[in-house]
Amino acid sequence: MGYVAIKGGGRAIKGATAVLEMLRTSEGDRGTPLSLDVIETQLRLLTSRVLSEGGLYHPPLAALAIKQMQGDTLEAAFTLRAYRSTRPRLLETPVQDTSGMRIIRRISSAFKEIPGGQILGPTFDYTLRLMRFDLVDEDPKTFRSFVRRFLKDVPEDRLPTNFPRVVDTFRAEGLLPPASPRDITPFDITREPLVFPVPRSAALSTMARAETGSLLALAYSNMRGFGDIHPTVAELRVGYLPVLLPHPATGETMEMGEVLMTECEVIAMYEEGEDGGSPVFTMGYGACFGHNEVKAISMAILDRALQKGMRDGPSNPSEDPEFVLLHIDGVDSMGFASHYKMPHYVTFQSDMDRLRSTRRKAEGTGQDKTGKGYDPGGDPA
Amino acid sequence: MTMQTEMTDEAVVASGAAGTPVPETGQKILAVRDLTKIFGPGCGECLASTGPLADTNVCPRCGSIIALAEVGFNLYAGEILGIIGESGSGKSTVVKTLYFDLSPTGGEAVFHHSDMSFNLFTLNAAQRRWLRNHRMGMVYQNPHLGLNFSVSAGGNIAERLLVCELYHYGKIRTLVRELLSRTEVPPGRMDERPGGFSGGMQQRVQIAKALATRPPLLFLDEITTGLDLSVQARILDLILEIQREFMTAMIVVTHDLGVIRLLAERTIVMKHGRIIEAGLTDQIIEDPQHPYTQRLVASAL
Amino acid sequence: MNPGYKLSPVEASYSFAFLDEYAKREIRRAILKAISLPGYQVPYASREMPMGRGFGTGGLQVTLSIIGPDDTLKVIDQGSDDSVNAVNLRRFVEMTCPGISTTSNTSEATIIQSRHRIPELPLSEDQVLVLQVPYPDPLVLIEPSEARRKTMHGEKDYSRLLTRLYEDLIRFGEITISHRYPTRINGHYVLDPSPIPRYDIPKLNRSRALILFGAGREKKVYAVPPFTSAEPLAFEDVPFRTEDFRDPKTGERRPCSRCRSTDSFLDEFLDTKGEKIYQCSDSDYCNHRLFRKGSRPEKP
Repeated sequence: MGYVAIKGGGRAIKGATAVLEMLRTSEGDRGTPLSLDVIETQLRLLTSRVLSEGGLYHPPLAALAIKQMQGDTLEAAFTLRAYRSTRPRLLETPVQDTSGMRIIRRISSAFKEIPGGQILGPTFDYTLRLMRFDLVDEDPKTFRSFVRRFLKDVPEDRLPTNFPRVVDTFRAEGLLPPASPRDITPFDITREPLVFPVPRSAALSTMARAETGSLLALAYSNMRGFGDIHPTVAELRVGYLPVLLPHPATGETMEMGEVLMTECEVIAMYEEGEDGGSPVFTMGYGACFGHNEVKAISMAILDRALQKGMRDGPSNPSEDPEFVLLHIDGVDSMGFASHYKMPHYVTFQSDMDRLRSTRRKAEGTGQDKTGKGYDPGGDPA
Repeated sequence: MTMQTEMTDEAVVASGAAGTPVPETGQKILAVRDLTKIFGPGCGECLASTGPLADTNVCPRCGSIIALAEVGFNLYAGEILGIIGESGSGKSTVVKTLYFDLSPTGGEAVFHHSDMSFNLFTLNAAQRRWLRNHRMGMVYQNPHLGLNFSVSAGGNIAERLLVCELYHYGKIRTLVRELLSRTEVPPGRMDERPGGFSGGMQQRVQIAKALATRPPLLFLDEITTGLDLSVQARILDLILEIQREFMTAMIVVTHDLGVIRLLAERTIVMKHGRIIEAGLTDQIIEDPQHPYTQRLVASAL
Repeated sequence: MNPGYKLSPVEASYSFAFLDEYAKREIRRAILKAISLPGYQVPYASREMPMGRGFGTGGLQVTLSIIGPDDTLKVIDQGSDDSVNAVNLRRFVEMTCPGISTTSNTSEATIIQSRHRIPELPLSEDQVLVLQVPYPDPLVLIEPSEARRKTMHGEKDYSRLLTRLYEDLIRFGEITISHRYPTRINGHYVLDPSPIPRYDIPKLNRSRALILFGAGREKKVYAVPPFTSAEPLAFEDVPFRTEDFRDPKTGERRPCSRCRSTDSFLDEFLDTKGEKIYQCSDSDYCNHRLFRKGSRPEKP
């Protein structure tokens, strides 16, 4: 009997898993397994990214996903997202005012001084991106003592618990349109598919868990010229936001914990007011889990672009809700790009059939490509 | 669907401009009343504060543009009605609303065809699409609006036949060839994309496409604008032949008095979204009443 | 940060069929709607599955939502039960659905999840075929906007799709759509039958088995209910043609090199000597024919 095509899928998968594990542990005797705590703290921005793109605030699981997927952010966010699919949604948090955020960083590029003050906080913005060769062979002692020394030297600044939002001062002066009503029920993208047109809350939730690079690329296209937004960062804040949930029995709102979030409001060029009113600035809003400033800024710019597109019709890709919202999800896009690695024997067989048949036709009848085409017999070509 | 009561000739000149009663023959196929289109928020004073007297179509109060204000006319089977005016007069907006490219702010248009009447602006999307595909045709000034440039000339016509559920490839080919021959496009070029055609030939493909379903009503929006004079003349001749051959009623929108003189029996003159004069084309040209029409005629002579 | 955080047992385990019960219920509702409107793409909130989008997450969600412990599942990819993706999906279902049975035998299965093929053996009323779908909408060929496509489906407006076929005929003398052939269901909605070859399209027509389509990334479910008409889009005088397995020299249909079948879809490939081999794409069908002829199938 003839040749048998290689199949044996089960064995191949087992082999692939083993090789992956071998590479992860290839330091051998010299190696130390990464602890989740190490990932969560020393790779905190990586963890932030995975939390945000995974759409699930669970830092230890995000760290586990990073460890397991060997540092691939797309795969790690994906793993976290798949885990989320297995959990029922039991409660909803009410819509929250973020002025109660426990701030670790807060800046405004619109004003020199803002109520509550600017807090530079943890940022690489003004550090030089020079290699720190002292980290190559880091002294564990120095490493361990830094936090103690830091806390000792830094005077305990009594930070206010409530920072007025910069945009509220604009609103008070009537320079921005009033905020959307607080009582709307936001669109839940984990329970409802996007059927266009979608409300702004659907766009915001989709962007909040979007892949950072995809958001950045689209937002950048708008800033650079395929769009008209020249944003000013009214406020960028990073901090911990209390999670408020209704008590299952009494319904009373209770604080259940807190989440690290990055939030950004950008102000863009003004437009005519609604119903013939005075012109007002326009605004874009971005927020995501974890510390991820580029993502929050990109999201705010795209929010502003999409609001314009939803109102006047899109005049560039970043204003088109379908274009933006259906192409920024990391899990969707990376999965689809990867799936082309799977066997496509059957469809390719079909493709070959069409090509051969078409070629036979062209050769057999001597017709050139601009010929009269298909001749069903009745065609007096 | 509502039936309209017979309108008097006075109603043709709905904007109140002076007009001579015009003899009308044949079956009425389209009755337009109070057609209004406002771009912008609109306010209570839009109509009163714009128009030829105010010499503007921009509402001084709310800034809206009054593209059409209470325009009305009738169209009869097989007739060519001309609409002439400068740019911004609203003449193109008339056919765009009737062909459903724009939705009007107000007014009514009733289309009669073989014992059926369609109140155009109350139809749902599917009904509108059906009428557009089966009973109307449109030729745009810009061929990119009327043709799909990524599809062959024949494919453009085939699409319209496919909409009408003709699914026989051989019959489609035969019809496409006939239509292109009729509009003087060499059938040998039917499988080429229109991008490689001259402007005049692109317009002839558009006309063939519009005629594919033999519609009783055809809209022609500045179809010879920008073409060479000799090309213009051949297309206008073609339009006249088609009208005689198929008894197609047409609304011809133009800023060119020559086009009107050649094609239209009756003419409407528009300015700032209003009809300022209407009547037999010959009369309008020989004895224009409104100062704007007088200037128009004088400049064309 | 929570140093030394310990996962609770609930956090560190999975429930039957992986998805939470609310999700399964929601998907079942979408399936019911899809059956009621044959060929209509029902949007649903597709969940992330532990395999990549494009690897069958839509089909999998459908399967997991309808499967119970007394079901027998068959999973195939490219017609084969043993290809990497089929093995992966089957193993996942076995792991998360304790009590179910799996089989490679087409006639034994109650649910068959497949990518790119419909089994050769005719299916019965007691079976459900779940097809994995990368692109649910055939109109995507000519219209990128989903909102506009939705209107076109509602108005049964497929003229631009047919124009595409017309253009193929004038340029190539052939309709060039090889797989995912647009198919009209019950006289209205045209669906994308998933990347099955044209060879499998006639099997959709008046199928005895319920056929469900799941698109995970594009978040749609649709169905061809039993005994429902499915007609490939074509012209009256240009018949729809399935893949041609005739040898152009002899005009004879090529047989499968293993089981000699002349009525199945064939995979074409090169053996180690570089010679062309044709073999049944449906491995179960091929094996059964070999068994019947009394020879044992070769171990893969």
